[in-house]
Amino acid sequence: MNKLILGVSALAFTASMSMAMDVVRMGTEGAYPPWNFINDAGEVDGFERELGDELCKRAELTCEWVTNEWDSIIPNLVSGNYDTIIAGMSITEERDEVIDFTQNYTQPDPTLYVAMSMDADVMGGVIAAQTGTIQASHIADSDATLVEFATPEETIAAVRNGEADAVFADGSYLLPIAAEDDSLMVLDKKVLLGGGVGMGVRESDGELKAKFDAAIDSMKADGSLNALITKWEIGETFE
Amino acid sequence: MFSYCADPSTLEGLTWLSCYLTTGKHMGFYMSFGTVLLLLAITAPTALAFGFVGATAARSRIWPINWIGKGYVAIVRGVPDIAFFLFFVIALDQMFEWMRHKVKCPDWDLPIRQGNDFVVCQAAKLPLGDSPQWVHEVYGFSLAILTFAIVFGAFAANVLFGAMRAVPRGQLETAEAYGMSRKQTFWRILVPQMWVFALPGLGNLWMVLIKATPLLFLLGVEDIVYWARELGGTANPRFTEYPHGDWRIWYFSALLVFYLGFTKVSEFFLEKLMIKLTKGQATTGGETQRKAEA
Repeated sequence: MNKLILGVSALAFTASMSMAMDVVRMGTEGAYPPWNFINDAGEVDGFERELGDELCKRAELTCEWVTNEWDSIIPNLVSGNYDTIIAGMSITEERDEVIDFTQNYTQPDPTLYVAMSMDADVMGGVIAAQTGTIQASHIADSDATLVEFATPEETIAAVRNGEADAVFADGSYLLPIAAEDDSLMVLDKKVLLGGGVGMGVRESDGELKAKFDAAIDSMKADGSLNALITKWEIGETFE
Repeated sequence: MFSYCADPSTLEGLTWLSCYLTTGKHMGFYMSFGTVLLLLAITAPTALAFGFVGATAARSRIWPINWIGKGYVAIVRGVPDIAFFLFFVIALDQMFEWMRHKVKCPDWDLPIRQGNDFVVCQAAKLPLGDSPQWVHEVYGFSLAILTFAIVFGAFAANVLFGAMRAVPRGQLETAEAYGMSRKQTFWRILVPQMWVFALPGLGNLWMVLIKATPLLFLLGVEDIVYWARELGGTANPRFTEYPHGDWRIWYFSALLVFYLGFTKVSEFFLEKLMIKLTKGQATTGGETQRKAEA
């Protein structure tokens, strides 16, 4: 009998050990509203905060949020400092070679130009974009001159002070900013880039990827993902 | 923070400001001053210790030690700081985890390097995957201190190496004439006298170190420059209760005042230290002091 109790408690102990291992660290940038930003209380907030918390709940994981600079967000994932990237990162082939993505949780976001005047030269002028984004590589491949900045905020500032003719970024990021500032206007030119936004995980972490894929599936199925996309005005909803 | 802050949109002027400046986000900003000061307080002596060991090694007559000392100084001084902070910290972290992995999980059969991924067993993770957030933060902070100490230690080693050679040869010869051993000469004559030659260089290093802390955010440690950028950026009414325009100029001005003030205080203490170290030394400064007293 004693042995049985011992055995059961040992089992319970190992079970609680493996439960404890299930803390998933979610890496984000915290500087890209409405996707992710630091709120007044100093915590990570936004579309991806709500989405991530819900996904963790459905996948029965305990999640913790950490912020990391955009520049070093992939190197820190592959070396294991956190377990996922949930930072409005579009799924591209280039990134897919280094890390794995879950299925997309948003549709490809229409990318827009914002400038100080409606006749800004977006084809051959100077365009600001954030370093290491699909927008930056799109401009680099075009005839326009690219100026890169480490944070999204600086790309807007570059247009305001005349350093760049226009800024090229996700519509969901630019629209609330342009709505608040009368001197900034949204150009009538939409580009669809990337394959939607997904969560980045390590290539060796297939189990975690499967869990999040299943959770995203269930959120797509019951419409709660669409509700979040509408709430935060992220873009197109899923059918 | 205050009870009247419940609805900031109705507030104005100083009341609004008092609420705005006490948000949780601002608390993070104020705390980061503590982070920076703590970093400096730990890094400076550690870097000095690294420098001292490095300089002593570079002077050694035993060639492997001599090579290690000189190699350390040459390599670290030659590589840009930012490269160190992007690669070296990750490499250090992986080295620690690799060693723990070898010890703790000897029967692990999967490769550690799987493509781009660095995968060690759960028990070898540093910090452990289930540790609370503050452990991760302390670990990140310690890695930052180690990296700062290694980088600034190399510069300090160079300064101290020069300072050791600047001690007048006659002093050392006299020590030998008195029958002191090499070790005794080093500790009793050379080391006490070298500081006066090292202080200007070390003082410069200190000033550079004070301003090098923004490199911390590359490691995920949130320092004052990160918060100033974050708080100063345009705050859109959709995402905050305290909307404002681009206020970065004000936040960075506050940092300017902080850095200038800190520099001034540092200069004051360095000056005092210089007067103290000069006392009784065989330098022109020491001679002037002696004459003024006489």
